Amino acid sequence: MYNPEDYLLVMDGIYKSFGEVEVLKNVNFRVGNNEIVGLVGDNGAGKSTLIKIITGVHRPDKGEIYFKGKKITYHSVELSRELGIETVYQERALGEQQTLWRNVFMGREITDRLGFLRINEEKKETEKILRKHLGFTSKAINVDSIVKSLSGGEKQGIAIGRALYFNAELIILDEPTMGLSLSETRKVLDFVLNIKKSGKSAIFISHNIYYVYPVADRFVILDRGQVAGEFLKKEISQDELVEKMVELARTGKMK
Amino acid sequence: MNETMSATRKIITSKVREMRLEVSITSVLIAIFLLFIIGNPQTFTKFDIYYSFMSTIPFSGILALALTFVIITGEIDLSFPSILGISAWVFSKTVELTDGNIWIATLLCFATGLIAGWFNGLIVVRIGIPSLVATIGTQFFFRGLVNVLAQGMGITLVPVKDTLLFKIFVGRIGGAVPAQIIWMFSLGIILSMILKRHRFGSHVFFVGDNRESARMMGIRVDRVRMTVFMMMGFFSALSGILSSLEVTYFWPTLGQGYLMRTLAAVFVGGTSVFGGMGTIYGSFIGALIIGSLEAGIIAIGLAGFWTQLVYGLIIIVAISIYTWLMKKE
Repeated sequence: MYNPEDYLLVMDGIYKSFGEVEVLKNVNFRVGNNEIVGLVGDNGAGKSTLIKIITGVHRPDKGEIYFKGKKITYHSVELSRELGIETVYQERALGEQQTLWRNVFMGREITDRLGFLRINEEKKETEKILRKHLGFTSKAINVDSIVKSLSGGEKQGIAIGRALYFNAELIILDEPTMGLSLSETRKVLDFVLNIKKSGKSAIFISHNIYYVYPVADRFVILDRGQVAGEFLKKEISQDELVEKMVELARTGKMK
Repeated sequence: MNETMSATRKIITSKVREMRLEVSITSVLIAIFLLFIIGNPQTFTKFDIYYSFMSTIPFSGILALALTFVIITGEIDLSFPSILGISAWVFSKTVELTDGNIWIATLLCFATGLIAGWFNGLIVVRIGIPSLVATIGTQFFFRGLVNVLAQGMGITLVPVKDTLLFKIFVGRIGGAVPAQIIWMFSLGIILSMILKRHRFGSHVFFVGDNRESARMMGIRVDRVRMTVFMMMGFFSALSGILSSLEVTYFWPTLGQGYLMRTLAAVFVGGTSVFGGMGTIYGSFIGALIIGSLEAGIIAIGLAGFWTQLVYGLIIIVAISIYTWLMKKE
């Protein structure tokens, strides 16, 4: 087992079944400090179950989880957020009809004692997120913009920026590029690199290696509930990684 | 970052959107009154008609303000006319039984409204019946309750006519301005502040806009939904007090006829039927438009059979304007 002190997140020997179906079988998974981990695998490989265990939606049947060196005994969605684990879901993170500043502070409003919003402060902070954390340069997008009028990539950016702003240590990106055009995908990848620059960590889930490869430091390939392979970016080229995935899909094995 | 496209892109801001809605609804109101003034100068240049508007519009106007919260949350309440009825019955019966103790009557009336709203919330939030269906049920239930309890009998409210609270509710300020319009106006300002500048208002928008993400971001979605139903109950009770005190009599049918005009006020005011969008200002002006239409149409000489036709036409035109504005986004 990895030493939990050396990593942000360590999951050791995780098992999870739903009824008869064993979804995760002895999965060992870790995320380092300031590391972007690409979690790849086919549909049904167990990626989303693994993520839901990290975010506290599901509890593992067996296995141990450590976050920042501390063992997590009771896991819940609220607790994982308190610890600094934030999930950016495709399409589900923002209120489309609301302004950016309202969205950034959704559920975590800055208020006075009576619960009235400190709107100027919220707008100022949102402005900071836009320009500093996300590097938005366009004047057309400002804190009063309605989310609906942003592009798909920009929306993901807002969700990522919000997570960074609230000091998330580990940001989980669940298929953040799904359904996006090439140029929008590039924007999202830039935002993911911003996570790295901010000194935080991320898990980038995708079944498209071409998107994961440029931004991730390490790749974990999940297959039928088990870790089929794990590579550092410096050990493997994009083409080799693709080859391995293809082989895995065809033969069920990886060399 | 690739932002070469941004120069030609149109980003909508909340300010532009609100401005558009507010300007268009205000224009509709002004246009209607211009029409009235041109159509019947004798009536519409005198104070009397405005006095009459000020004394009658607040009953459904206050309901429209509260209903705005319900609809922005993505819910609907069709039972408020019946909540109004049952609360007003409790109010009037208490007045009768206590020989005119209007304070206790008021307290019990609000309690009834809150309980009825809570009951709606319980069915919708806890049991999970869609609010459209649930409040069709409770609308019959509450009205049925009024019928059973009142046995078709009215109750006089003359005994409280000289009380302080009566004057606060429906007195005439300076002998000319009905207190209820002050109520509607003040509540409009307070509720607008809550919707736009309070945490609760923000939560109302998010619950109506994207319930799943609201929940994920830690908003207590069920509590927000429960609260808007209870608010609706509370303000129905207030409207029940005002409308029964205005005529110093409780009728078992009190509140009937408010359903459609209140809904119309909210939707004419630009609140989205899909939730997540709406303003108190819009509903306020919407209530003024809807409330003055009927009398106005009659006053300009389109009596009888024409009334409803013109009424409907104006509602359709107003709502079409917003839909068109929104499409431009």
